[in-house]
Amino acid sequence: MGVGNPNRAKAKSGIVRWIDDRFPLTQMWQDHMSKYYASRTLNFWYVFGVLALLVLVNQILTGIWLTMSYEPSAEGAFASVEYIMRDVEMGWIIRYMHSSGASAFFIVVYLHMFRGLMYGSYQKPRELIWLFGMAIYLALMAEGFFGYLLPWGQMSYWGAQVILSLAGAIPVVGEDLVQWIRGDYLISGITLNRFFSLHVIALPMVIIGLVVLHILALHDVGSNNPDGIEIDQNKDENGVPVDGVAFWPYHVIKDLVAVGVFLTVFCLVIFFFPEGGGYFIEKPNYEPANSLKTPEHIAPVWYFTPYYSMLRAITFPLFGLDAKFLGVITMGGAIAILFVMPWLDRSPVKSMRYKGWMSRLWLGIFVVSFVILGYLGTLATTEGRTIVAQLCTALYFLYFILMPFYTRMEVTKPVPARVV
Amino acid sequence: MMMKKLFLLTLVMLLPVFAQASAGPAIQLDSMQADATDKASLQRGMQTYVNYCLGCHTAKYQRYIRAAEDLDIPEDLMTEHLIFGDQKIGEQMTSAMDPKLAAKWFGATPPDLTNEVNLRGADWVYTYLRTFYVDESRPYGVNNVVYPAVGMPNVLAELQGVQSKTCGDVAIVDLHGAAVMDAQTGAPMTEQSCEIFSIAEGTGSMTPAEFDATIYDLTNFMAYMAKPYKSDSQRIGLWAVLFCIMMTILFYFLKKEYWRDVH
Amino acid sequence: MSNEVANPTRRRVLVGASLVVGGVGGVSALTPFVASWNPSAKARAAGAPVKADISKLEPGGQVIVAWRGKPVWIVRRSAEALANLAVLDANLADPDSAKSKQPKYVPGNAARALRDEVVVMIGLCTHLGCSPTYRPEVVPTDFDANWQGGFYCPCHGSTFDLSGRVYKGKPAPTNLEIPPHFYESDTIILIGEDGGNA
Repeated sequence: MGVGNPNRAKAKSGIVRWIDDRFPLTQMWQDHMSKYYASRTLNFWYVFGVLALLVLVNQILTGIWLTMSYEPSAEGAFASVEYIMRDVEMGWIIRYMHSSGASAFFIVVYLHMFRGLMYGSYQKPRELIWLFGMAIYLALMAEGFFGYLLPWGQMSYWGAQVILSLAGAIPVVGEDLVQWIRGDYLISGITLNRFFSLHVIALPMVIIGLVVLHILALHDVGSNNPDGIEIDQNKDENGVPVDGVAFWPYHVIKDLVAVGVFLTVFCLVIFFFPEGGGYFIEKPNYEPANSLKTPEHIAPVWYFTPYYSMLRAITFPLFGLDAKFLGVITMGGAIAILFVMPWLDRSPVKSMRYKGWMSRLWLGIFVVSFVILGYLGTLATTEGRTIVAQLCTALYFLYFILMPFYTRMEVTKPVPARVV
Repeated sequence: MMMKKLFLLTLVMLLPVFAQASAGPAIQLDSMQADATDKASLQRGMQTYVNYCLGCHTAKYQRYIRAAEDLDIPEDLMTEHLIFGDQKIGEQMTSAMDPKLAAKWFGATPPDLTNEVNLRGADWVYTYLRTFYVDESRPYGVNNVVYPAVGMPNVLAELQGVQSKTCGDVAIVDLHGAAVMDAQTGAPMTEQSCEIFSIAEGTGSMTPAEFDATIYDLTNFMAYMAKPYKSDSQRIGLWAVLFCIMMTILFYFLKKEYWRDVH
Repeated sequence: MSNEVANPTRRRVLVGASLVVGGVGGVSALTPFVASWNPSAKARAAGAPVKADISKLEPGGQVIVAWRGKPVWIVRRSAEALANLAVLDANLADPDSAKSKQPKYVPGNAARALRDEVVVMIGLCTHLGCSPTYRPEVVPTDFDANWQGGFYCPCHGSTFDLSGRVYKGKPAPTNLEIPPHFYESDTIILIGEDGGNA
């Protein structure tokens, strides 16, 4: 029997009844919390969705507060960040919560996505959840990119310069497009102002909207689980999934433990290692932006480096396209191909637990390639590193391209009738 | 199994590629441990900064009053000895020099140094300030080991003395600093080095040890200035982390209690 | 699996403890957000004490200095005007400044000043924050046929005497506020600091 709140049968209070007559409060509470059932076997990998939500709240709250003291102008931006760090009482905590939060966001999102790949959470009937999720990831990358310009340090400036130049690789319209995005002949206060507006208003609204869609879609079809078995195939006489456990209070309390662990690590970072060894806040960013002098070594923030590596790995022209444009296509393709994941996987089973050895091997290769690419992206290029990056880029794409074949060919293990 | 083997194999193959990455810079920096609790050192450091650096290098994000509070300097002493011109104690440490004129004199505006330790690290600053040497080919007659072709005169020469860099034989020392002897002759072994620093007798007002201590204090102050909230951060952080650990343990037991219903 | 809680006491204690700890954590996490709204170091530097030189201030004259962005009036009163002040007490709402804001070291008498002839006060009406105008002449006016000299607020018609004490039956509830101040020398007043008087 599925487990609900044992002290359920409490009488509704007058105010709740009053609201219920006018708004589906109790209905919503039940649909999303007290009668939303997820498998009792959800493991460690299932906490990152909740953590991502927590980080989102953190980013929005600290972002609102930073906006109160930040000045979006080429003349004032750098000094206003110093003002927040030094003159605003406890402003440094708020700023570090935001800057470390950005990295934390990508860490939990990458782990959340890996969980999806491992347990086949993108498969039917969860394709839309995956698509909404990928859209969130894309919006998040844009949000991170726009936000990184705002401190107006050397790394902000030149990082934005490099990434914006990517658009310049598009044949014919590229250069005009870049100029249109900048609104100037170089990245200037004009660019900063539009990035600021997108960062604090447009993209947060998009992200919040997508998160709502992501969760609504999830709560409609139900959560997957490490076995990839649909728990609502097995319901008891009350229509409650036999292996389901109510989200409130059981999964919420379980997630609280993860929240506790996350907050412990998060506090360690913001109070003791806020620069994350130069990965969360890069050293050249302590120098104000200077359009005449590039720092000696520039690299994008760590969460972009896998794609940045791929971009740099394409050093040769192909099919009549020059290397620069090809690099941009590769980079874009690497993200785009994730979107079609649900249609690449032809396996009859969802979870890695029951897939064959080829699926597991390829997932392993994919993860290792991605991590190596990410690491290489933080370093300057050498001949050897470029070859490794090329190899990893090839493996990254092969994971997807070969998926329809190996998932169909391989022998899968029998899936039990109920979760284990 | 197979996956693990493959993974290890890949790692082994990749090692040389990453090994290059970990090779450090050619110049060995002298290590310097900043100590934000040593208020006396910070006070001396600030004094040196104000007397020798602030003339050209602003510290325009640092307020005098914040330094007075953090370094335990009474406000009246601060106003009397460390604030020049008609600046008020609540203001930031700006320089009297006109940046345009400075750019004309030095070829570039001397950079603001509030964030210098954040930008380059305390070790770099500590080493840089001690490794100016005579080089007649440079406009100011000095060059620097960690910042070749530096565009700044050695303003601390009156303290340190005139330092020159020459080549010659030096004794080889082991990791513990003891001289290495030749196994056959028993004589100390030497090697050729072009990093021999010597200070002309009587040109500086400080002994090398005193000068190093002065630069330590100065760097310590600059490290404070780079992150004035650092001691607050460590104090609050300790409580925050301990609190979170305690909260996590409590939540863990709460979870176990509730999940009794399930198992 | 049963709907019976095996150990309800244990569960209640754990829930209670978690709520308390979570609540303490939540409130602590809000501290930086609340604290960051306090005046910043920049605002405090801009709001630092200001010096006013009164050596050239003649009897009947007024100087206005800005302290924390507010107008601070310094008015030197003639012996005649000072003598007139006490006479007005019956017409005033708070003649002894018992309900009004002023530092403890400033006497609550008619003069309301550290040195009787010179009064220092914040020139903002205690009603809704307009800045009253200085009307020192003892002449009948359209707002008071028996005007004895003082301040008149153009916004809502409150009137104050030359010590900033409010007249009865006016919208302003209390006398004009007196800021912390002290005499650094005979001619220099430092506004915004107690100078060890507090």
